Amino acid sequence: MALTKAAMAERLFEEMGLNKREAKEVVDLFFEEIRHALEDGEQVKLSGFGNFDLRNKNQRPGRNPKTGEEIPISARRVVTFRPGQKLRARVEAYAGTVEQ
Amino acid sequence: MTKSELVEALAGKQTQLTHKDIDAAVKVLLEHMSQALENGERIEIRGFGSFSLHYRPPRVGRNPKTGDSVELPAKHVPHFKPGKELRDRVNENLQAT
Repeated sequence: MALTKAAMAERLFEEMGLNKREAKEVVDLFFEEIRHALEDGEQVKLSGFGNFDLRNKNQRPGRNPKTGEEIPISARRVVTFRPGQKLRARVEAYAGTVEQ
Repeated sequence: MTKSELVEALAGKQTQLTHKDIDAAVKVLLEHMSQALENGERIEIRGFGSFSLHYRPPRVGRNPKTGDSVELPAKHVPHFKPGKELRDRVNENLQAT
């Protein structure tokens, strides 16, 4: 099963004794604040976890895969995540099958 | 924005929790997320995105200094796919400027 905001709030309740409303609020604000920084064009660096970077893409030619019609893909800004050394090292050895 | 600036911003947005509590909470959240990925579990945050592991097959690499070939074992790397709301919000601001 995938990790969700509900499970993250539950962990804050268990480990820190935050009440459920506070825990949910902190989890919501955490992701909202990261989104907000990225929306403002600011990189987000969470040491030990990774960096959320922004990349500007130029317009490039594309194709409608259904009709084969050529349509340009407009210039855009995208978010990329670059995992930190510590996180990379922790997941590297995972030997099971990946949940898709 | 760094982790401490994130803590700062969160502390300013709500009144019940101290700066110290927020700092501890952010650590717990990032550790929880790291643990999930370490166990091969996906993370799914609606409107933000999902984290999963991607498999990298074993390969033969080279020591760039000596030129010797080295067997590199298979591994997994963390991968993030931004969700629709995040993609749209990051892009809208670009279109507006």
